[in-house]
Amino acid sequence: MDFQNNGPATASEEEIFVPCEDVREHLVVVGNGMAGCRAVEELLARDKDRYRVTIFGAEPYVNYNRIMLSPVLAGEKSFDDIIINSREWYSENNIELIAGDPVTGIDRTAKTVTSQSGRTVGYDKLLIATGSDPFIIPVPGKDLPGVISFRDMKDVDTMLEAAGKGGSAVVIGGGLLGLEAAHGLTLRGMKVTVIHLMDTLMERQLDEAAGWLLKTALEGRGQTILTGANTEAIYGHGKVEGVRLKDGTEIPASLVVMAVGIRPSTALAREAGLDVNRGIKVDDHMVTSDPDVLAVGECVEHDGNVYGLVAPLWDMCRSLADGLTDQHTGYKGSVTSTKLKVAGLDVFSAGDFSGGEGCEDIVLRDASRGVYKRVVVKDDKIVGAVLYGDTVDGGWYFDLLKREEDVAEIRDLLIFGQAFASGGGALDPKAAVAALSDDAEICGCNGVSKGQVVACIEKGACSLDAVRGSCKASASCGSCTGLVENLLAVVLGDDVQSGPRTMCKCTSFGHDDVRREIVAQNMRSIPEVMQRLHWSTPDGCSSCRPALNYYLLCALPGEYQDDQQSRFVNERMHANIQKDGTYSVVPRMWGGLTNPTELRAIADVVEKYNAPMVKVTGGQRLDIFGIRKEDLPAVWADLNAAGMVSGHAYGKSLRTVKTCVGSEWCRFGTQDSTGLGVKIERMTWGSWMPHKFKIAASGCPRNCAEATIKDFGVVCVDSGYELHVGGNGGIHVRATDLLCKVSTEQEALDYCAAFIQLYREEARYLERTAPWIERVGVDYIKSRIVEDEAGREHLRSRFLYSQSFSQDDPWAERAAGQHAELHQHLDPIAIAAE
Amino acid sequence: MTDWIDIGTLADIPQRGARTVQIAGEKEIAVFRTGDDKVFALVNECPHKKGPLSQGIVHGHSVACPLHNWNIALKTGEAQGNDEGCTPTIAVKEEGGRILIARPVALKAAA
Repeated sequence: MDFQNNGPATASEEEIFVPCEDVREHLVVVGNGMAGCRAVEELLARDKDRYRVTIFGAEPYVNYNRIMLSPVLAGEKSFDDIIINSREWYSENNIELIAGDPVTGIDRTAKTVTSQSGRTVGYDKLLIATGSDPFIIPVPGKDLPGVISFRDMKDVDTMLEAAGKGGSAVVIGGGLLGLEAAHGLTLRGMKVTVIHLMDTLMERQLDEAAGWLLKTALEGRGQTILTGANTEAIYGHGKVEGVRLKDGTEIPASLVVMAVGIRPSTALAREAGLDVNRGIKVDDHMVTSDPDVLAVGECVEHDGNVYGLVAPLWDMCRSLADGLTDQHTGYKGSVTSTKLKVAGLDVFSAGDFSGGEGCEDIVLRDASRGVYKRVVVKDDKIVGAVLYGDTVDGGWYFDLLKREEDVAEIRDLLIFGQAFASGGGALDPKAAVAALSDDAEICGCNGVSKGQVVACIEKGACSLDAVRGSCKASASCGSCTGLVENLLAVVLGDDVQSGPRTMCKCTSFGHDDVRREIVAQNMRSIPEVMQRLHWSTPDGCSSCRPALNYYLLCALPGEYQDDQQSRFVNERMHANIQKDGTYSVVPRMWGGLTNPTELRAIADVVEKYNAPMVKVTGGQRLDIFGIRKEDLPAVWADLNAAGMVSGHAYGKSLRTVKTCVGSEWCRFGTQDSTGLGVKIERMTWGSWMPHKFKIAASGCPRNCAEATIKDFGVVCVDSGYELHVGGNGGIHVRATDLLCKVSTEQEALDYCAAFIQLYREEARYLERTAPWIERVGVDYIKSRIVEDEAGREHLRSRFLYSQSFSQDDPWAERAAGQHAELHQHLDPIAIAAE
Repeated sequence: MTDWIDIGTLADIPQRGARTVQIAGEKEIAVFRTGDDKVFALVNECPHKKGPLSQGIVHGHSVACPLHNWNIALKTGEAQGNDEGCTPTIAVKEEGGRILIARPVALKAAA
């Protein structure tokens, strides 16, 4: 993985300009993690030049986003994606970074720290941000190789290495971290068992009902979840071989991840003689019992509370920076909310949901959608919320909770979410975001409030990328992208600069992102995609709707219900609209072959419906022009009666298979190209594709069927069949790339099916094969179709499976009267004038 | 005073779709039903090249013309974005579950 190359990032002294006579106060930060660096960022934002800064880090990397390790493990992000501050940030701000060299001692009298390598550095102010240590349960075998925690990049690497070998893994701990680790390992192909001591998963965040739903969903993904399970020992000779429970059950495993909890890392502070309870004790400005020593993050205890989540850390850093720059605001403790980062499982919890005196529960269950919502209200204020399956309103409940808003007036509608409670029908996302308070949190990963996003937009960040670059909102997991975009729209109106690669103006996601999420989250309808991916319009536009319809159709063959209203007119009417609003009709002629019955039927249709023109097409068939939409079903009935079906001349689909006469007639022909063409067309007709798709089969290298400017072309030679891909005869003529040569007709058919399926699954909507192949490279196509025999076979069988649902003649059902409303006028009744 | 014509019920028009009404001697009228079940009526001609708007993709309160993808606001008939042009709109009302459109002016004059 890329992270390896990113490795030791110790900035050497030469690289950093620190003037010898720098007389500024020296701030030394112990801990290069999220809290330490964030504190420095907040400080720089207030007073860039006040302190000279040195940061010590135990890990040999620049500052990265620890809470994003789960997506790295799951393969959704790379290490590069989760870097918060690159080396440039350190050098630009004259910060000396000493990474890979942990501080081992503090001398408060001499005001120095000493590191593992023996380096001693003096300080004026010291900031301890050592975070927390994973809690290791003291069972036999806990030190065996293969037993790890889930805390840093090294752990992720160990897990990836183990997953690479396959086999089984046990995750001890069914909390947030444990479940994210289990999810990642499952995605990486391991068989995962989660052992949880309590009866309910994530019992600190979820109630029993939500925990059960979560457990059921995870089991559905192939994990084994053992609740109420007590680990007795980890066994193995020289390395871990399994876990034994108190009840005697043995679970074999080559990897054991301990994720039972964390505790503040306080050893250094304790040895230095600072006041330490559960965590390092600090006041409202994060000052410890020594006025020149501060501490921040998971290692501290404030007002009796220790926090293990990211949001409080942002609040602490703000108060700390205020204190260091002589502004006295003070930290008042944090209310926290939690979101599980497991793709496709939406779980949210906030506040206190243990119930008790004076608490009322409002509960909504929707079993068919797998939704459970519970809001706990006390004295007309929300004190807690648990959401499962539909977490859209999580932010809203959390905002109401933090602001201690009186909800008496909206109590009855509260559980249905903001859209209903605010009195609207369909929710206008812009109005919703406009209604949020300034301190409402927009980006949970980076702790950015609405007010900060708005300020950053007003300072000139006019696009999503610019916002991500300046205040970091939406720069990590991306789940708040929709909110940020709506804020851009609210603040700037039409002046928003859209990013370069989004699917359309309705979304911030690109085609590939949307497609990946549709599959990963098993989305099943257009409204679901728009909901889950934060579409900014109520029902999309004429660009995204047809694309989404296709992506869903491709992902769910036989299951997805095609949405007619998301089809372009031609695909909805199964004919080609012409400039005067009439249609042209092209029946299929297999491989360009026809016969007297078909020709008679076409001639009859032309006369019967007064078609003004009939033309031979470039794809070797006949096109009947000037048919009115009202007559289409009758025309199709007549053509069906002669045995003809739709030619899909109108669709993003297989158009024609053009052939030459081949060895049956031609004196140069080497193989039966006509017969092959017919077979290919019988196999491929009716399939929906990202764009139109043309095939040709030529019987010899003279190539009379022009196979080398088709999406897929076969050129027959004496010894077999040359297969060509990615040709185009349109605006930009492109000759095909030679894919490979095969020796039998069956192979030619198999490779064709596999290539089409690869195109169907991976090209972007409205991307022809030519630009697609130029984008991904013909070597990639070869690696998937030619070199990977098993992969080719899988592609082929997926194509054939999908075809089993798509080879119905769409004309036949219209001729039989379906969707008559698309062809008939409404029948008006004149009524008396009033 | 307006003449009204009963053209059917909401269910006769597909959601995010349109139906057409042909009144003798008049230009075809397109009656749209949006995703939030609002009904609009326009002459079935794009101001650009007279494309049949009734066959376009309806999104929000706009329709994309099937010929060249101009977006027309259903309420005003005006082309959106950088395109300029306007399609005549026809008043619509709902009464007792029936949808009524105003009788086109030209027809009344001819009658």
